[in-house]
Amino acid sequence: MIEVVRKGNSRPEMVINMGPQHPSTHGVLRLEVTLDGELVTHVRPHIGYLHRCFEKYAEKMDDYSKVTPYTDRMDYVSAINQEHGYAIAMEKLLSIEVPDRVEHIRVIMAELQRIASHLLAVGTFGLDLGAFTPFLYVFTEREKILDIFEKTSGARLLYNYICVGGLMRDVDEDFKKDTAEFVRTFRPKITELQDLLSYNSIFIKRTANVGILPEKVALNFASSGPVLRGSGVKWDLRKNDPYSIYDRFDFDIPVGKGEVGTLGDCWDRYIVRVHEMEESCKIIEQALESMPDEGDVQQNVPKKIRTKPGEIYSRTESPRGELGYYIISDQSSKPFRLKARTPSFVNLSVLPAISRGSLMSDLVAIIGSIDIVLGEVDR
Amino acid sequence: MTSLETIPVALLALFPLTVILIYALFAIWMERKVAGFIQDRLGPMRVGGWHGWAQSFADLLKLIQKEDIIPTDTSKFLFKFAPFLMFAASYAAFAVIPFSSAYMGSNIDIGVFYILAITSLLTISVIMAGWASNNKWSLLGAMRSAAQMVSYEVPTIMAVLSVIVVAGSLNLMTVTEMQSGNDILGFIPNWLIFQNPFLLVAFVIFFISILAESHRVPFDLPESESELVAGFQTEYSGMRWAMFMLAEYADMLLLSLLGAVLFFGGWNSPFGEFMGGPVWGFIWFMLKGMILVFVMMWIRWTLPRYRVDQLMHLCWSVLIPISFVNFVLIALWEMLF
Repeated sequence: MIEVVRKGNSRPEMVINMGPQHPSTHGVLRLEVTLDGELVTHVRPHIGYLHRCFEKYAEKMDDYSKVTPYTDRMDYVSAINQEHGYAIAMEKLLSIEVPDRVEHIRVIMAELQRIASHLLAVGTFGLDLGAFTPFLYVFTEREKILDIFEKTSGARLLYNYICVGGLMRDVDEDFKKDTAEFVRTFRPKITELQDLLSYNSIFIKRTANVGILPEKVALNFASSGPVLRGSGVKWDLRKNDPYSIYDRFDFDIPVGKGEVGTLGDCWDRYIVRVHEMEESCKIIEQALESMPDEGDVQQNVPKKIRTKPGEIYSRTESPRGELGYYIISDQSSKPFRLKARTPSFVNLSVLPAISRGSLMSDLVAIIGSIDIVLGEVDR
Repeated sequence: MTSLETIPVALLALFPLTVILIYALFAIWMERKVAGFIQDRLGPMRVGGWHGWAQSFADLLKLIQKEDIIPTDTSKFLFKFAPFLMFAASYAAFAVIPFSSAYMGSNIDIGVFYILAITSLLTISVIMAGWASNNKWSLLGAMRSAAQMVSYEVPTIMAVLSVIVVAGSLNLMTVTEMQSGNDILGFIPNWLIFQNPFLLVAFVIFFISILAESHRVPFDLPESESELVAGFQTEYSGMRWAMFMLAEYADMLLLSLLGAVLFFGGWNSPFGEFMGGPVWGFIWFMLKGMILVFVMMWIRWTLPRYRVDQLMHLCWSVLIPISFVNFVLIALWEMLF
């Protein structure tokens, strides 16, 4: 029967295995949880169930451009941002100038993808807490974004759209209209989400003062993205280390304020994502206005990539935080070494530190608020 | 009742079973439809043609065909017995529910007491299932369930007692009969909820408590699917699992019907003599019960779930004190007016 471990005079504890098949570990994360009744005394994450040798594959590809589809598969809910990061790293390595129209399309796509990714994060977070309906509401909105992507790139999840030096193909003629229409209809939906979920008193009870991540701990663990900003640190690479054309747009960095509980709790991490969607809408609107109407998106795409020996580290802000690519090149047409610094992996490492002493149900809330994608953790 | 005495008791006892089975098939379909409409989608649309009405039958057929899996190292007797005990407890409680002025399974004078006692068996069957499964998740679910159901029985009983103080009888038929007529302001029915302002408070407490007793959101902690996989049902599959579902829906109906008897006049028509009589009475009664069931579904698809300590806090430091004070106020009101 079920074993209960008692060490010395301490209270009896039970070790329980959560995952890799569990509805709330967001994929194949496995947690070894030590429980004292319902209290969590220790958590040990075990990863690697989705390891696909991304970095090794990247070295074995014929060409640098063939790595792009693999970057899609890292964080499969924000594929465009992953491609964007890789393209920027390669362009820096090869010193390629990208046309203005391409930059605008990339930024619009990346921000749409950020909204889609945050919608998924917010929806599944609600689902973890037992609120089923908001999940389907946000999926309706995410669907509209995927429709825009499908019209342009032909794919709905893994796009392979941004390539080194440009784009796979130009956007379709309805792109501007569709995107503007989406942003217009999306704004009221955020308000709806705030009413339905964010300020629901049960939701606040479940998330406020739960899984508090103090600023110092967040910085020590090198967490980034909404997890870091939820602890009140104003750090966003789009502002602090601008890449692409983000320095031309006017937007804010939302940070957690401890509005309903303590600074850095689950609710703060959640609300940062909701506010970031509003900011993304602002960026998209400005980018749509200043986007040049004509231009060849493939004019600077190299036919065959040839590199000189060298190395580059380039970082971008993906929806989950700082996404870095470290590439060492030699004289061949493929990377000598490619290392991806993925935010989910780093953010996941704070889990044992902040979940000690919380309840079993809180653990689910904490995992949901960190918003990990296992494809990116394991690569 | 005299005309029914010639019918064999066994046949009479089948009547609630028929009602439960038809209701369960309907309620599962309705739950999915309600969920669908709340979530801006259609719900089942294919099976059977019109709005997927045969979906529950299809599900039932599928469940019957499933392999009967009993995990190794379970205690086999308890594992097999738990679902049936759970359903039996729900079913037995229907014996004292007055379905219409002509039908009531067993006209005993301690009806309310009997219902409260026999539904306590539900807790035992949940613990039995959780313990017998030899699964840590099941055990956690079962322990939560035990704590929850035992705690929430207190406010439920206090709310029911408040009604009994006003009605003056533990027999549910008598309680229903005293709610006949439309005497308040000449047209409002004499239902208990309209008779005493404090009974409105009692009803709110009663409804919150039955949500917890029947494990519905926001109190569905025993089977909270996002934390405990499926709680005490984790290891169950096929027909045994179907028995749990049937018992859960039967329990929902039972508590809703109890609410309808205690607060909304049972089988009494809201229009006095108009549309009265035994057959109409049955339809009115089921309608009132189903409205309460619908509200439960509505809540389920709207709210997130409480945490286990918050659930206990709500019960012991909010509902129970209020229900005690309310009980005293109702007693005073009855003494004065």
